[in-house]
Amino acid sequence: MRLRYLAGAIPAVGMLGGIFFANRSEPVVLGLPFILFWLVTWVVLTSVVMAVTYWSDNE
Amino acid sequence: MTALLVVLGFVLIALVLGIRARRGRDMDLEQWTVGGRGFGSAFVFLLMAGEIYTTFTFLGGSGWAYGKGGPAFYILCYGSIAFTASYWLLPAIWRFAKRRGLHSQSDFFAAKFDSPLLGALVALVGVAALVPYLVLQLKGLGIIVSEVSGQAIPYAWAIILGTLVLAVYVTVSGVHGSAWTSVLKDGLILVVVLALGIYLPWHYFGGIAPMFRAVEAAKPGFLTLPDSGMSPTWFVSTVLLSAMGFYMWPHSFTAAYTARDERVFRRNAIVLPLYQLILLFVFFVGFTAVLVVPGLKGSDGDLSLLRITTKTFDPWFVGVVGGAGVLTALVPGSLILMSSATMLAKNLYRVVRPATSEARTGLLAKALVPVVALIALYFTFNGGDTIVSLLLMGYSLVTQLFPALLLSLAKRRLVTTSGAACGILAGVAVVAVLTLTGVTVGGLAPGLPQPVKDLNVGVVALLVNLLVLGAVTLATRRKEAVRGLPPEPVAAR
Repeated sequence: MRLRYLAGAIPAVGMLGGIFFANRSEPVVLGLPFILFWLVTWVVLTSVVMAVTYWSDNE
Repeated sequence: MTALLVVLGFVLIALVLGIRARRGRDMDLEQWTVGGRGFGSAFVFLLMAGEIYTTFTFLGGSGWAYGKGGPAFYILCYGSIAFTASYWLLPAIWRFAKRRGLHSQSDFFAAKFDSPLLGALVALVGVAALVPYLVLQLKGLGIIVSEVSGQAIPYAWAIILGTLVLAVYVTVSGVHGSAWTSVLKDGLILVVVLALGIYLPWHYFGGIAPMFRAVEAAKPGFLTLPDSGMSPTWFVSTVLLSAMGFYMWPHSFTAAYTARDERVFRRNAIVLPLYQLILLFVFFVGFTAVLVVPGLKGSDGDLSLLRITTKTFDPWFVGVVGGAGVLTALVPGSLILMSSATMLAKNLYRVVRPATSEARTGLLAKALVPVVALIALYFTFNGGDTIVSLLLMGYSLVTQLFPALLLSLAKRRLVTTSGAACGILAGVAVVAVLTLTGVTVGGLAPGLPQPVKDLNVGVVALLVNLLVLGAVTLATRRKEAVRGLPPEPVAAR
């Protein structure tokens, strides 16, 4: 259970903790300024982490 | 005129859908407020996702991208953190609400702390936060209809028409009407936002990357967070505070009661963050508008999406965009209206008159719908700038409920009723003072380092809330145990 709580916290810590060094517009990745690419990546990873949490938890 | 007819067509479809949603159901309080707790993943998903696409995100998301640049990205982040927390938070709330047959957020606090008075306090805080939120939706609706109709329908008439539609289908169908209208809304918003977000950058700049390069060249540093003000520390604190407040809005909280089982929330926690990425395309529209329709100052930036749409497209498509915008006001507006009326009837009137039956409470809640709508209408036309202050307070107000809620879910009683009430009152008082005086963290303590001064001022209110909650809980723990409020047994939760 604690491991799942920890997994749930990873995206928030990564997204917000990393904003201090990801706060720049270059390089452009997939057409997005770097800061936006960084945030989008973590939003997608949030879904991945929640999917893994769901399947390892839920007959 | 074509655009206006298309918008009115969508409003009519929403009204018909909303009214037909009640077919074959006896609309008692249980059906009207929580849909008989029988909604599956799709409806709960749409009700929760309804909170992502309100007029705030439709007009405000593009408006913030247009006016503020990089800081607008916070809108993309707080939802995904809230959705992660919902995996654990919402099932716990749902289980307790189902067992006790609860209908409102304030019901939850009243039952958890065995205190109708605490429920009344939460209802007052909730309604104080919801009315300005409803005013925001109505103002957004008025702007959209008057803009896409080329002012053929005046702003005031658009708002009155929208409020009338809202009040009718909320009174008739309750949450069933909101759920069915949200099917139309989310289908339309997906098409519109994707079409605008992809087509506009390609049409004007030849792609999304060239659009960003052009914006960066014209306004260097616009796409990132500034070193002071809306800096990275502002960003982090604002995202965290907004994530805490996300499910504390009474209408979002109550939407969780409609679920058929608790796995609905866990499944939705996987999909909702991805669904939120559609907001990217709202940002693309705002950034494209920076160079295509320059010169919109201050709150006029919220018009950027509509201005670039009317400049680029034929009237019929402008009408489709306007229709989508109107629906982003109607669906959240209906949930807000219903939650406010339910809390006033069940958690305020019933505290004064405890003998009121469930059936009579249900009738009173429906009768209060037009009353709340009229109050919102009054503030829409007479609120002036005060309502903007109240709106900024809204998120901070509901966030003050988060500490007491979270601690109430622990396996043993960690907070007393007095502690919860005093914490909420202290937090709300600090929010009111800070918002109405416009003080920032930097203003409170000018000697602090810049990153600390940039913290969202809501952090101060939350800290005061926690300190008071802790101190009063320590002081009243024994007294409340004597009064017969022992640590809650696990079986009772």
